[in-house]
Amino acid sequence: MSVLELRGVSKVYGEGPARVRALQRVDLAVEAGALVAVMGPSGSGKSTLLTIAGSLEDPTSGEVLVCGTALSGMSRNQRARLRRRTIGYVFQDFNLLAGLSAAENVALPLELDGTSVRKARAAGMRALEELGLGERASRYPDELSGGERQRVAIARAVVGDRRLLLADEPSGALDSVNGEAVMRLIRAACRQGVAGVVVTHDAQLASWADRVVFLRDGRVADQTAPAAGPESLLTPSPGPGQ
Amino acid sequence: MSVRHALLALLSEEPKYGLRLREEFEAGTGEVWPLNVGQVYTTLQRLERDGLVESDGSGEDGPQKSFRITPDGQRELAGWLRTPPDLSSPPRDELVIKVLVALRVPGTDVHEVIQVHRRYLVELMQQWTRLKEDEAEFDLGLALVVDAELFRLDSVVRWLDAADSRLRRAATEPPPPPPASLPRLRRRIGVRP
Repeated sequence: MSVLELRGVSKVYGEGPARVRALQRVDLAVEAGALVAVMGPSGSGKSTLLTIAGSLEDPTSGEVLVCGTALSGMSRNQRARLRRRTIGYVFQDFNLLAGLSAAENVALPLELDGTSVRKARAAGMRALEELGLGERASRYPDELSGGERQRVAIARAVVGDRRLLLADEPSGALDSVNGEAVMRLIRAACRQGVAGVVVTHDAQLASWADRVVFLRDGRVADQTAPAAGPESLLTPSPGPGQ
Repeated sequence: MSVRHALLALLSEEPKYGLRLREEFEAGTGEVWPLNVGQVYTTLQRLERDGLVESDGSGEDGPQKSFRITPDGQRELAGWLRTPPDLSSPPRDELVIKVLVALRVPGTDVHEVIQVHRRYLVELMQQWTRLKEDEAEFDLGLALVVDAELFRLDSVVRWLDAADSRLRRAATEPPPPPPASLPRLRRRIGVRP
């Protein structure tokens, strides 16, 4: 069973001459343990795809299923619970709360979900320690570097028993070394069974994924073949269509 | 890739035998550039002829012969490290030519041609990234080689993205004719064969 499935998803904004078709009949399935990158230029619909997949926005038509359950059949409360328990989000600008320490930021989704403060903080600390940030747990976001802030955001996105990790240009504001560190963490989460979707315009970022889907004008235009192993680099390749 | 200068660099650390030079060359480049032992000895003979290395003179050419760098060799190496490679004129890039040709072939969708190449490049980048993920984290030489390849391929993908956007814009807004006074710079750009 796919953790995330989009079936014929379309999204239209505005009406009349201002009508914009952001997504057009998009099908996408992401299995547990897989990392899929959605690549496309600005305006191709990739951020809309992510907000719809994360139940932050409704599609105009089509269906989104998370862990086999259609979002359209859920109440507002059920969706809110799904966002707190099952889905983790990572954004380009980190979206950490400035008044909370790193540990408090990471524990927040669990506390909002009714977990006791003590248990939530303990789970938050474990997530931070796994990402090498145990010693920075009491620091506030403005006391952390950009790379550290994004690692805190990833810890917050994977804390508890998350099944789906959605990331929008997660290393966009970072240098290439910190960007690589972020992608290694996202890959590590996927290896532990989380399904991941990263939207990006950056080919280096996308190349961390098992599969790259190319979005163009709101449609899936193309996707990569299943990834060959690195050993194939050691034999000369003729390139496409030769 | 200058095997000659790579061998000088390895000898700048201490005198070494030919076989060890080959092993260190391959390890230092993440084993991405294999080198046969014949290449090593031919290059060492030329370096010795040019006075850039000297051997201990004992015995025939072979695994027992040790080489050391000379002061002239050190000067040559220092000069080479600081000499930029020739990037001043663009290479005759096959991909650029294919995109230019696709524009003129009736019934060809240039965007589809661009996407075929973009997909191929991203698939290649996935393989390099897998190598980096699996093996390069603890091998500095390999990490540097893989990064260089990823940045090179990435720059080609970026060019394809830019070409794609430029062609879409040109299809909806034809550019105005250039002013008569614009200097013809284009003819002065040399293209390497």
